[in-house]
Amino acid sequence: MKYLGLIWSNLKRKKLRTILTVLSILVAFVLFGYLAALRMAFNQGVEVVGLDRLVVRHKVSIIQLLPESYEIKMERIQGVEDATFATWFGGNYKDPRNFFAKMPVKHEEFLEMFPEYLLTDEERRAWLDTRTGAIVGRATADRFGWKVGDRIPIEPDIWRLKDSEGAWEFDLVGIYDGAEKGTDTTSFFFRQDYFHESRRYGEGQVGWYWVKISEPERASEIAALIDQEFANSPAETKTEPEGAFAQGFANQAGNVGFILTAILGAVFFTILLVVGNTMAQAVRERTRELGTLKALGFTHRAVSALVLAESLVIALLGGLAGLGLAWIQITAGGDPSGGMLPFFYFAPRDLLIGVALALMLGVVAGLWPASQAQRLQIAEAMRR
Amino acid sequence: MTEQGSGLVQVRGVDKVFTRGSERIHVLGGLDLTVPEGEFLALMGPSGSGKSTLLNLIGGLDRPTKGTVAVAGQRIDNLSDRNLAAWRARHVGLVFQFYNLMPVLSAERNVELPLLLTKLNKKARHQHVETALSVVGLQERSRHYPRQLSGGEQQRVGIARAIVTDPTLLLCDEPTGDLDRKSSDGILELLTTLNRVQGKTIVMVTHDPHAAACATRTLHLDKGRLSMEAAA
Ligand SMILES: Nc1ncnc2c1ncn2[C@@H]1O[C@H](COP(=O)(O)OP(=O)(O)OP(=O)(O)O)[C@@H](O)[C@H]1O
Ligand SMILES: [Mg+2]
Repeated sequence: MKYLGLIWSNLKRKKLRTILTVLSILVAFVLFGYLAALRMAFNQGVEVVGLDRLVVRHKVSIIQLLPESYEIKMERIQGVEDATFATWFGGNYKDPRNFFAKMPVKHEEFLEMFPEYLLTDEERRAWLDTRTGAIVGRATADRFGWKVGDRIPIEPDIWRLKDSEGAWEFDLVGIYDGAEKGTDTTSFFFRQDYFHESRRYGEGQVGWYWVKISEPERASEIAALIDQEFANSPAETKTEPEGAFAQGFANQAGNVGFILTAILGAVFFTILLVVGNTMAQAVRERTRELGTLKALGFTHRAVSALVLAESLVIALLGGLAGLGLAWIQITAGGDPSGGMLPFFYFAPRDLLIGVALALMLGVVAGLWPASQAQRLQIAEAMRR
Repeated sequence: MTEQGSGLVQVRGVDKVFTRGSERIHVLGGLDLTVPEGEFLALMGPSGSGKSTLLNLIGGLDRPTKGTVAVAGQRIDNLSDRNLAAWRARHVGLVFQFYNLMPVLSAERNVELPLLLTKLNKKARHQHVETALSVVGLQERSRHYPRQLSGGEQQRVGIARAIVTDPTLLLCDEPTGDLDRKSSDGILELLTTLNRVQGKTIVMVTHDPHAAACATRTLHLDKGRLSMEAAA
């Protein structure tokens, strides 16, 4: 600790250079924070889904519909506990930019299969009693200031009403919370019976099925059995674990994880060069002073440790400030896309990774200059 | 002049050869030197004769190519780097021509540096620093940075740093080489006092006969050998 003053004084020697270096590290770590949150946004849906749920969709594409009659057939397959369907509704609330997912579901089976959506008993009962009832996640309710009892109009873009070109109207009966931090609370669910009797076309057709299985370790076997059941029918199926399904959804935006990692890699490589250069310069300028320290009795190792410590302090100053700033902004600002990225947050795990990265940056950038300082021979250094 | 067995510093049969690429530079050859405790020795000689080299060997900043160096009865030429560093911290005070102060540290923090290597706590270190600065007459300037001090004052800080650990031996390489007459006189007076009053053994390299006159003995180094007389 008594050397901290010495390290600090050295940092103040070239204030501007130190500040610029720290700032460039800070910027890199703010970027890290945002990219980590972004990656979380794309992957979280994948990480939090149940292992005991499969998704059955049309073999050709997710847009293709499946017969409603598949439900009973699936439920007869050994290992399938329950099957329930949903459909992508699309539609807009006032403005196409107000994006959130809207799906008709078989409400009772749905709530059973997705225990991570938390409703009060009263809200559950209200949904059972209201044909036009809908529930929505806390995030979306907060976003638009909705309260239970509100009437929510949705302009259709896929599913028209039988008797009108106008908007579908839903009665908001519940606002659900997520059981976990990563649980999606943006989606809007309404009753399939109301949907089926009010839509203009598509009778007997649904979007996809969720299948609950009793033994998650048999998931791929059961998935194969389901696809076999509907092989050679007009609507063949493709069954995947829910995680893979969500991942496929995310992958439509390109291999996001890879792109983000590549950007981060490039940024950190650059920062490594910046910090490494700063430290190498610092050692070169101070050859005589480092030699003097050794002459006074500082060991080779102590002098190289001082250099390494300086590099670490720079990296940690910039790194922690950057992570802190990113954390504040992401927490306060939230999802920058206005609803497209419901899981946009800075996870504690990523924060830890960030701190580890800062430490690594300090060590790696300081390694070469520190070894230069270590090798410095006193008599040589003092002659310069 | 081979006072075997006695003497704080004993240099015996020392060769020093520098290799620069394929070139070998013989600086010292078969050199013997004994410095009795309490002596104030001046080393003179032409530029490049190896005065600094010899001082570095005595101070454990470098090792001889051949021969032995002992201080206070302890061989230092065969110590490991680590042990040699510890030995320097305990036994030697160094004063340089260009002061070699840390520009980013105040006078008192510069003087404190060698104490960081000891087990002394902050308070004790502070007391030692105060004492050393008052010996050189600079306690008023303890918060000043090197750039705020004159050359003579900087050298006083350098001397305070050299004596703060109360070392056995004070080694000064042209301590007045960069100073005007008046400042030099002040520094020489200080060194003389340290020698006479505090009994410090001092080896001082100098080009200045006036400075050498303060010493109790003067030796001349030329062509790798020491002699009492200046080469004609
Ligand atoms: N580390 C080194 N590597 C190679 N040559 C060296 C080294 N140190 C000293 N020398 C050479 O050894 C010789 C003696 O150098 P030294 O510095 O001891 O001389 P000096 O008597 O102190 O001279 P000055 O009065 O100019 O300070 C010089 O020729 C110098 O070039
Ligand atoms: Mg010299």
